[in-house]
Parts: sequence; structure tokens; C-alpha cells
Amino acid sequence: MRRWLYDPKIRALAAQILTILAIGLFAGWIVHNTVHNLTVRGIASGFGFLHNPAGFGILQTLIDYRETDTFARVFVIGLLNTLLVAALGIVFATVLGFLVGIGRLAENALIRGLSALYVETFRNVPPLLQIFFWYFAVLRAMPSPRQSHEFLGAFFLNIRGLYVPRPIPAEGFVPTLLALGIALVSAFALSRWARRRQERTGEPFPTGRATLLLLIGLPLAARLIFGAPFTWELPQLQGFNFRGGWVLLPELVALTLALSLYTAAFIAETVRSGIQSVPRGQIEAAIALGLTPRQRLRLIVLPQAMRVIIPPLTSQYLNLTKNSSLGAAIGYPDLVGLFAGTVLNQTGQAIETIAMTMAVYLLISLSISLVMNWYNRRMALVER
Amino acid sequence: MKKKTIVAALAAACALSTPAWAGQTLDTVLKRGVLHCGVSDGLPGFSYTDASGNYVGIDADFCRAVAAALFGDAKKVKFTPLTAKERFTALQSGEIDVLSRNSTWTISRDVGMGMSFAGVTYYDGQGFLVNKKLGVKSARELDGATVCILAGTSTEMNLSDYFRSNGMKYTPVTYEKSDESAKALESGRCDVLTSDQSQLYAQRMKLAHPDDYVVLPEVISKEPLGPVVRQGDPEWFNVVRWTLFALVAAEDYGITSANVDQMAKTSTNPEVRRLLGLDADFGKDMKLKKDWAYQIVKQVGNYGEMFERNVGKGSPLKIERGLNAQWNKGGLQYSPPFR
Repeated sequence: MRRWLYDPKIRALAAQILTILAIGLFAGWIVHNTVHNLTVRGIASGFGFLHNPAGFGILQTLIDYRETDTFARVFVIGLLNTLLVAALGIVFATVLGFLVGIGRLAENALIRGLSALYVETFRNVPPLLQIFFWYFAVLRAMPSPRQSHEFLGAFFLNIRGLYVPRPIPAEGFVPTLLALGIALVSAFALSRWARRRQERTGEPFPTGRATLLLLIGLPLAARLIFGAPFTWELPQLQGFNFRGGWVLLPELVALTLALSLYTAAFIAETVRSGIQSVPRGQIEAAIALGLTPRQRLRLIVLPQAMRVIIPPLTSQYLNLTKNSSLGAAIGYPDLVGLFAGTVLNQTGQAIETIAMTMAVYLLISLSISLVMNWYNRRMALVER
Repeated sequence: MKKKTIVAALAAACALSTPAWAGQTLDTVLKRGVLHCGVSDGLPGFSYTDASGNYVGIDADFCRAVAAALFGDAKKVKFTPLTAKERFTALQSGEIDVLSRNSTWTISRDVGMGMSFAGVTYYDGQGFLVNKKLGVKSARELDGATVCILAGTSTEMNLSDYFRSNGMKYTPVTYEKSDESAKALESGRCDVLTSDQSQLYAQRMKLAHPDDYVVLPEVISKEPLGPVVRQGDPEWFNVVRWTLFALVAAEDYGITSANVDQMAKTSTNPEVRRLLGLDADFGKDMKLKKDWAYQIVKQVGNYGEMFERNVGKGSPLKIERGLNAQWNKGGLQYSPPFR
């Protein structure tokens, strides 16, 4: 007995078991207390409310929605709206961030200066303020629907958004889609073959031009043979608003712009530090081999820089996704505004709605991390 | 030894898991000495901060009336400004003791959300505010319009019901703050602003050119607005409910803040004497002082004074009494007897 009491292994184990037990009991107490209080105060609990009809309208729905649909569908709509703005933001922020990051190291002083100015401006203004700037200062200055800016009689820009023609699949739709699919697959196969051949024989192949030819040529041929893939539904001014066509809402544009520009500034710094982490000797060696500046960047610098860039890049993607919840402030119907806002208020079930919303953000963030970690492992330097 | 302490602590923690305020709000508030009252984040006539930073409006005055009844001092209120979205959670979680924030009394809120409405401080109805330039004369002409709304309000549901039942379409733009929706109407982001009519009059005042906008004649819903408390605490519920009735009864009996002292000395009307705590002590049963109703009228005034000062003739809103007149003057305000 005494021997056990003074055995460091057993003592450590006992301490761990006790800690777990304590945490478990504490969690259990919190759950019990919450359930008890909810019952005492007559607050409905459980997830049954998800099957009740919502009864309110939503500004932007990517899937069909009527007011008589359920809260569960509202949840999905909010989720899709969040994913949409996050995906758009990530794409734009990455492209812009890489361009500016590379620009900060350019030999041209003007490009270098502008890039630095961009980074310092957008990085140092809070994102909510930037969202307000785009939404209230820039997009609110657009004209009313009746005085819309018109382009080619098909595009209309006003305070309610950008109205564009909507494609409606026609007789040539399936063949053109098929042709595009075939083109994609063969372009992929071609580039693999070209790379293998270059590794074997050293002979380069104009992959870029061939791919372009495939991707444009095949669908174009299909279109000529089978007819137009789409007919276009034009937006038209009827009563108060334009009807028909697709509309790009100012709420979405302001949010996407603000998030992309803000995050791009951080990505630019990440890219710059990644590039500067590549030893000078590597570049000098590339110059000695006679590679052009573009080839140096693409073949020598970027692949090595990516190892340094990817982990912080992942954090930026996660930040952007989480910052998208700021859209609630300008009426963008994202998950937070729609589900943790309107639905919470109409049902009063704060614990369930907030828990679901938090779980979703956790899930999205974990998925992004997972994908980026996989990419990171692929890009990691393989020691030989 | 150490183990025993931990186990004992955990057992104690479990034993403490009783709810914090089942039936205890009144004691808690009296002990604290300050009423925590949830109000609107800025709605002229109901609750907004004036130039010197004080909350003014019907909803704010109701908080003061409750404080006067509780402590004999209308100033002992801590106001918490809440958005429509935040208000019910703030009440449920105990952050505030009473919610006096132009909230509509509906069955779903009363029975399913752990709250009880103590009465009606203002009978309202949902309407539409539009720019005169559109030339719209009736809400029936709004098919296809873009409509600005406040998130998490009963108006969101009414709007959808109204358009659906009339076979019309609309695009909703939902904001969290009333200022944002007013700005959206002004800039043309939406054609129409919908809300309770009292709010529309208040919002219109905030616009740069109030005369360019008109409130349409249709009222599409019943919106009885009133103070809310947590369900399951009848003691506290009674204090809030009878504060409201004392305000209404005082107007009914002709007692005002100006003549209340006079009335207390000279009135022979038994109802007045009972209300002011001269011939009866209803305060004792509510754990309040004998003169609780006297303090309300003395410091805050009666319901009519509260109305005229904040939204009626004495205010820039100039709203008619309408449904909010006394029951014997064609309105709905009616207090059960003080007996």
C-alpha cells in the first residue's frame, strides 16, 4: 500500500484519472444545470423546431426556398451563403495576395512601392470598417434602378446590385458540356505525358498552348455542330425592380471585396517572407543555369517558398472564413445573420442554434485545415 | 486526503445546481438596489438617449415607474440598450430583470420561450413607409418591391404573411439596427421600410427629408407592445404588471404628477385613496412600500402624461392616442380595479 502511494508512475496515473474525472463531472454538471434551468423556466429545448415552417423571406438563396419551408432549410441556405462568400474570398485573396507579395520584391520601384502601400493600408484597417466602407460609402452611391448604368442592353448596375443575363440550358448544352469534359481529361493526360517525356529526353513541349487549344476548340466544335448551349434570359425593369437574370447583390460584393482585400494584404506578407526564405544561392544557381526570371520564379523559388507559405496561408483562409460572419452587420444572410440571428429570435432556442452555428464553423475550419495539411505534406521537401 | 477534498468539492458543486432565480427576482433586485432594464438601442419616443445622455421615451419611463415602485426612486435604473436580436436572450439569461423594448406580445413568445408579457404599454400595428416619388398610394401596389426589415422581429413574419396572402412578391433586406434600415430606405437600397407604425413615424423624423416620405394607410397586423419578464416568477411578474396598471388607473382617476400631493391630502374618492396607499396596503403583499403607486405617479406621472410627453402632443412625433386612449375614451387602455 505504502509502496503504491510513493510510486511515481501510479501517482501520475492517478492524477490524470482524477483530472479527467473532474472535467467529466464538471461538464455533466453544466449540462444538467442547463437542462434543469430550461425546464424550470419553461423554455422549449431540443431540435424539434427545425421541422417547423420558417415563415420569413430571405434575400439571397442559392437553393429554392419559400416562406413555408422549414428552419432546417433556412440553416442550409445560411450555410451555403457563408460557404459562397468564403470560397469567393479565398480565391480572390489568394490571387491578389500572391501578385502583391511578389510585387513587393519586384525590381521596378513603382510596383514595389504600390505593393507596400497596399499592404500597409489594408492590413491596418479593421475588417468591419472596410466592409462598411464598401457597403455604405461605395456601393450606396450607385443610381436607383430606373437610372441604372447599362452595358450592351444586357448588364445593369444599380444600388440593388449588378443584374446579368441568366443562361438557360438549350439543345447544345449536353454535347458542349461533354466536349468540355473530354477536353479537360485529355489536357490533363497531355501534360502528364509531356512532363514524363521532358524528364526522359529533356525535350520541352508547348503544353500551355496545346491545352488552350483543346479547351477552346473542342467545346467550340460541339457548339457549331449541335447548336447553342444556352439561351439567355435578360433582366428587365418591371415595376420597382429588375426581374429575370441573375443578380449580384451589393451585400455580397461589399463583403467579398472587403474580406479579399483585407486577407490579401496578409497573404502578400506571407508570400514575401516565403520567397525571401529561399537561399540566395538557389537563385544565383538558377541564373548560372541560364533560366529566365519567370522560370526562376516558377521552377526554383516558388516551389521552395511554398513550404514556408502554406502553414500561415491556412491560418489566413481560416480567418477569412470566420470573418465572413461580419456580413450580418450589412444584412448579408450568412449563417450567423440568418440562423444565429433571425431563427434564434423567432424560436428563442439560443443554445441549440448557437451550438449548431459553432459546430458548423468548427467543421468548416477543420476541413480547410485538413485540405491544407494534405497539400502541405505534398509540397514538403523530400529529402533524398 | 487530497482525493477526499476534490470529491467533496464536486459533490458540493452538484448540490448547488439549483436555478439561480426561480421566484427570486424581486428579492435579488431589492437587495441590489438597482433595476436592470433592457431598452431599445435608439427609437425616438420609446427609448433613445437625449443630448445629455439620458434615456427618454415610453419604454424608458416604464423602467423608471418600476424603479419608483420598488425603491421609491425612479432614478435607480440601469438601462441596457439591446438590438431586436439580443433582447430575449438577455432576458432569459438574467442580464436584465425586465425587458421594456417595444416587443410584440405573441403566443409563441408567451408560451414557448420562457417569458411572460406583463401587459400592453402601447397598442401598435405594422405599416409601410415609402418615398412619395414612387407614387404608391396603397400597400396593395407593392408587388415586386424591395422591403427593408429589422432582423428577428415579428414584422418579418407579418410581412411574409401579408405578401403571400395577397399573391404578391417581395425581396427582403434584413438589418440588425433601425438606423441601418432607415439609411437603406433613404439611399434607395429598398423601396419600402416596414415596421410598427409608431416606429415608422419615429424613423421618418431621423431622415434628412422627412416630408418626402409617407406612411401608407394599411395596418397589416396587431402589435401590442409591452414589458416582458421571465416566466415562472409570479412575485416579480405581479410587481411589473401592477406598475403598468397603476399608471393606467392613475390617469383614469385623474391623478397626475402635478396634483398627486393635493389628491393624497384632500381626495375622498375611495379608489384614489386605495391606489395611493392611504386606505389599503397592497404594497405589503408585493413586498413593496405602502406608497409605491404614489411614488410612480409623483416621479413618472400617469400613463397619459407618459404618452403625451414621449410620443403624443408634447413630442415631435405627434401620434394620436387612438387605441391607446382610456377605455372610456374609445381606446383599449384599461386597468382592473384597485380593490
